[in-house]
Amino acid sequence: MQPNIQVIRIEPSKGWVAVQLQELWAYRELLYFLIWRDVMVRYKQTALGAAWAIIQPLFTMLVFSLFFGRLAKIPSDGIPYPIFTYAALVPWTFFSQGLSLASNSLVGSANLIKKVYFPRLCVPIAAVTSGLIDFAIAFTMLIAMMLYYGIFPGVKVIWLPVMLLLTLITSLGVSLWLSALNVHFRDVRHIIPFLTQLWLFATPIAYPSSLLSEPWRTFYSINPMVGVVEGFRWALLGAETAPGPMVIVSFIAAMAILVSGIFYFRRLEKTFADVV
Amino acid sequence: MGDIAIRVEEIGKRYRLGKVEKYKTLRDTLASAFTAPFLKVGRLLRGEAADDTGHDEQIWALREVSFEVRQGEVIGVIGGNGAGKSTLLKILSRITEPTTGFAEIHGRVGSLLEVGTGFHQELTGRENIYLNGAILGMTKKEIDRKFDEIVAFSEVEKFIDTPVKHYSSGMYLRLAFAVAAHLEPEILIVDEVLAVGDAGFQQKCLGKMGAVAKEGRTVLFVSHNMGAITQLCGRAVQLEKGRLRRSGSAGEVVAAYLSSVAGAELKSSWSGESSEPNGSDVQFRSARVLSVDEQPLSITNFNESVLVEIAYEVKVPIRNLSVTCLLYDSMSRLVFESMDTDMAEWNGRVREPDIYRATTKIPPSLLRPGRYQLTFAAFIEGVKVIARLDRVLAFDVSGVGYTLQPKRDGIVSPVLDWTVCRFSEHERMV
Repeated sequence: MQPNIQVIRIEPSKGWVAVQLQELWAYRELLYFLIWRDVMVRYKQTALGAAWAIIQPLFTMLVFSLFFGRLAKIPSDGIPYPIFTYAALVPWTFFSQGLSLASNSLVGSANLIKKVYFPRLCVPIAAVTSGLIDFAIAFTMLIAMMLYYGIFPGVKVIWLPVMLLLTLITSLGVSLWLSALNVHFRDVRHIIPFLTQLWLFATPIAYPSSLLSEPWRTFYSINPMVGVVEGFRWALLGAETAPGPMVIVSFIAAMAILVSGIFYFRRLEKTFADVV
Repeated sequence: MGDIAIRVEEIGKRYRLGKVEKYKTLRDTLASAFTAPFLKVGRLLRGEAADDTGHDEQIWALREVSFEVRQGEVIGVIGGNGAGKSTLLKILSRITEPTTGFAEIHGRVGSLLEVGTGFHQELTGRENIYLNGAILGMTKKEIDRKFDEIVAFSEVEKFIDTPVKHYSSGMYLRLAFAVAAHLEPEILIVDEVLAVGDAGFQQKCLGKMGAVAKEGRTVLFVSHNMGAITQLCGRAVQLEKGRLRRSGSAGEVVAAYLSSVAGAELKSSWSGESSEPNGSDVQFRSARVLSVDEQPLSITNFNESVLVEIAYEVKVPIRNLSVTCLLYDSMSRLVFESMDTDMAEWNGRVREPDIYRATTKIPPSLLRPGRYQLTFAAFIEGVKVIARLDRVLAFDVSGVGYTLQPKRDGIVSPVLDWTVCRFSEHERMV
């Protein structure tokens, strides 16, 4: 008999279940293939292809610059308004796209879920991370704009990966909640556009968070996207608003969403195949 | 021999009828009771199932099923519609959890409940091999190593870089099966993937299964094909209404099962919801056997026609959907299979959501006297079986005025027109 034969015990689980990160790790190749599939498929049969990754934030930026920048004369922390808002729209687009893709991901993969076993966490994780490609494309546009405006980030740019990580944590956390809920309540699908719209205005994208005075500003960053947006601006554009405490508060909030999201997801996971 | 590969101990699975299996919209919920959504959300937040109200109608798809499979053993699982075979497979494949009991699986499992799971229409053959391989549990290294072999087996070399949406259904199926066939787990769990496709393909699948079995791997095989079960499996278990009915050598179990279904009562009509997995894209609504004047029929004479009628609901647009009717004789041999797409009219067309009724006529003087059973299945050509109604109707063919030798061999005994003339007369005419 083989010495290290793997024994799987299948039994009813009760209540909260362990996350089993080691199992997720064992399935990393599947995760990789799912991400790769999402990336490959995303712009098939579209005329403009990957240009869509730029078009969305770019046009939003134009509209914001016209209405909020020109007409409403909203302050932008001393940075030219277009780049001020675009630097926020890049991570924002990643977040909102990730949310809408991931929340439908389990329902969209019903066929897989009913026929094959794998850690279901792979599905929303793949949906969210596949957006990183779009993020990278939109980001090149940001670099071009920085060159145009002659803005050079300096050493603070080393914090950028941390900000990106924060974006990823936030979007994954929210996506896990929504994707699991969507299996039971298809209402989620209708809530998403509405939710992202509200969230967009609850995040300092069209305006700077410096409009708020201090204890409130830190309090405001319980919305983790506040930390993300201000962090991006600070790291890249040298915005005046120093984000230190805000980013920390946002990190804590994002981790809380992620951890609770993972546990909630795992708890509902066993019902997916029967309900989806 | 002797080490256990699969151990199933008192496994039970309970489903709540109708409720949990359907997703809800808030509108439905609001309509039923205004406060319900709040209770429901509260319950959901605690992670209980959405409709755990305790007084829903419940069914046990499986109940107290226990058996063991030793390493290297090939075991067949048989049983009629709703016997719990699919549920058992889903539990052993870890797709769904049991409600009671437990199972232990010793070794790496590969489960094949469908060929081509996760194939993406927009991706090329090459890309789908990697994707599907990964989904079935192969590592990238493994796929790299077997890639050429898979392509050769599938016979689609030329189109390997074409998106699979341009494949014919046959090519699609061959590619999908090629990937599945190269899965090398210690324990293989196979559902009736062999039920579709042409005879040649089925034979290829059976051959591959036989080869897997000979390599000493453990196989758990679910099928309606009694021939395949007796041919491949050493042992079999029969499920009936969720419980383990029999277990023993494949020959014995199959024989006992067949004699029990052959004794089934005559049933000229069936209606209701087929017990397909929830949310199935096609559902059978009714099935009938009728006499020529459209009266329900349980006994007909061999020289009369029999009408077969099947109604089914298509819920989403489906291309290449066929509904097939399989006629079995009292020995459970397949007499013939006929599809509602045999006529060119519906072949290859997209079926829009609606209720369809398909009728056909079995010609007179074809069937020999005896008892027959009808099975219906809806499937997408070369892809998968969507819904199945097993041996749902039965009728007798009587032999009033039957002049043929009843001991004659052959599954059917058509009364054919013969022209016979005497040689000497023929000679004279020339």
